[in-house]
Amino acid sequence: MIAVRDLAHRYGGHEPIRIPDWKVAQGERWLVLGPSGCGKTTLLHALAGLVRPSEGEVEVAGENLRRLDGARLDRWRGANVGIVLQAMHLVKHLTVRENLRLAQYLAHAPQDDARIADALEALGVSAKAARRPAELSQGERQRVAVARAVVNRPRVLLADEPTANLDDATAAATIELLADQASRYGATLVVATHDARVKSKFRERLEL
Amino acid sequence: MNIASLSASYLRARPLQTLLSLVLLSLGVATIVLLVLVVAQLEERMGRDARGIDLVVGAKGSPMQLMLAGIYHLDAPTGNIPLESFELLRKNRFVKKAIPLALGDGWKGYRIVGAPKDYIDHYGARFSAGRFYEKTMEAVLGAEVAARTGANVGDKFVGAHGMGGQGEEHGERPYTVVGILSSTGSVLDRLVLTSIDSVWHVHEEHQGPQDDADRKAMEEDREVTVILVQYASPLAAATLPRQINSQSELQAASPAYETARLFRIVGVGVEAMRGFALLLMLAAGLSVFIALYTALEERRYDLAIMRTLGASPRRLFGLLLVEGIVLAVLGAVIGLVVGHGLASVLGAWLASQQQYPVTGLEWRPEELWVLAAALAIGIAAALLPAWRAYRTDVSRTLAQA
Repeated sequence: MIAVRDLAHRYGGHEPIRIPDWKVAQGERWLVLGPSGCGKTTLLHALAGLVRPSEGEVEVAGENLRRLDGARLDRWRGANVGIVLQAMHLVKHLTVRENLRLAQYLAHAPQDDARIADALEALGVSAKAARRPAELSQGERQRVAVARAVVNRPRVLLADEPTANLDDATAAATIELLADQASRYGATLVVATHDARVKSKFRERLEL
Repeated sequence: MNIASLSASYLRARPLQTLLSLVLLSLGVATIVLLVLVVAQLEERMGRDARGIDLVVGAKGSPMQLMLAGIYHLDAPTGNIPLESFELLRKNRFVKKAIPLALGDGWKGYRIVGAPKDYIDHYGARFSAGRFYEKTMEAVLGAEVAARTGANVGDKFVGAHGMGGQGEEHGERPYTVVGILSSTGSVLDRLVLTSIDSVWHVHEEHQGPQDDADRKAMEEDREVTVILVQYASPLAAATLPRQINSQSELQAASPAYETARLFRIVGVGVEAMRGFALLLMLAAGLSVFIALYTALEERRYDLAIMRTLGASPRRLFGLLLVEGIVLAVLGAVIGLVVGHGLASVLGAWLASQQQYPVTGLEWRPEELWVLAAALAIGIAAALLPAWRAYRTDVSRTLAQA
């Protein structure tokens, strides 16, 4: 499902960040661990095709990302990758339902309200469908961000520091939520974190 | 969801800025549309009124005043000229058609014009009711006069001295309405027409008790106000005005020349207003630009998230561009409606003043240019913000979150 070979990325004139070779099978759940600045986010962005690495190859869901040009890479990302970010950024003037519809629209997927309702239901936030992000609690916002990431049924679910700034109980629940959602859609899950509290959650770990 | 509804949702999210852009743009468009409508309709109507009239002959004075009074019935006439000059002119070999008019009185703000049947025929007018005047003190009403005064065939009215009809009434000599013209879209619509004899009659009676000798003397002194002349050949243009102007009592004014001169004078004001309207539209463009550009900072994460959801940079460019276009189209449509509304209001007011009519229920091809200009301004204002959106470095933006 994921194969990373000789991956290195250089930001400006800095020393390149090197990522060890790595293989992930379909449906596995991985934690990418390491301190800040070690390249977790760079790896995640490379897997999502958001950054083109300076060196090396990245293969995700059967595609060598270096071979996809700009627009095709964007399309591929919309169809295959779901991303959950630490900031859980939702478009604030759109309702919860519209935020999910936006994900369908931008991924060129059919705009399917039933699927949106199903995703919100699975995350226990269907009652908030008509609310705007400002009217939600932080936990609810996070659930909506997860729902948005999975509404197009991606083959790979990527999460970047999803538990930072959360209390212990919420952090543990969030990891479980992601794992649940990944198995619900048969997606491969990669969580990048420096949060020691979630270290033991998955068996598969990549230390950077 | 589509690009237009998504753009519209961003516009709704900042209502005050959107409102400002819309107000500026629609004011600019409305002003230009109003100018286009008024100037075009005025030119068209003045052209229609002056069609087939090559020369206006009247008493010496301002040639523009002579034209305004003689053809358009807007200004006071320069004075009267002896009837015999009409007889001479009619026989002139350069003259194909000469129509004498006698002015002097008004009724309810409309002018009473003494004219032969030629005058009505010149504008191709037809009767919607009644017939042409045959006897003295019979009158025919233009379509607008009849509509606004509610007068019908058989009604009687008295003229008042002076063009505005506010002067002393000729109470002892009432006119009888014998016909009503259907609308011609020309100056006839705003006139009360009667025979030249009637005009003379009213004014001779007005002089008080007379004996036969007085009457004879007055008949010899009879005058008309203007003579509308159509040339017999293009050659006449070179000769006839000079011939007429060399006579001490007469002057000849060319409607083509005087109208062009009038529009040159009025044109300065029109150009100034047009410039002001363009300035408004440019200010609207600036407002659109500032609104989109300042919102970019706030939207950086939105744009980055959209990229993670599969949007290409081209789509983000399109999103911002469509915001500019939506504003431009909305502003232009509101401006068009307001411009036509203002023209209607102005038209209603002018009609109540017995002035040149203007309508807002008419479309001009030039308005398409105004729409195109508004669209171009919207697009131009959105280009730079759209380019910035296109260049969003998604990885870096997300890393900074």
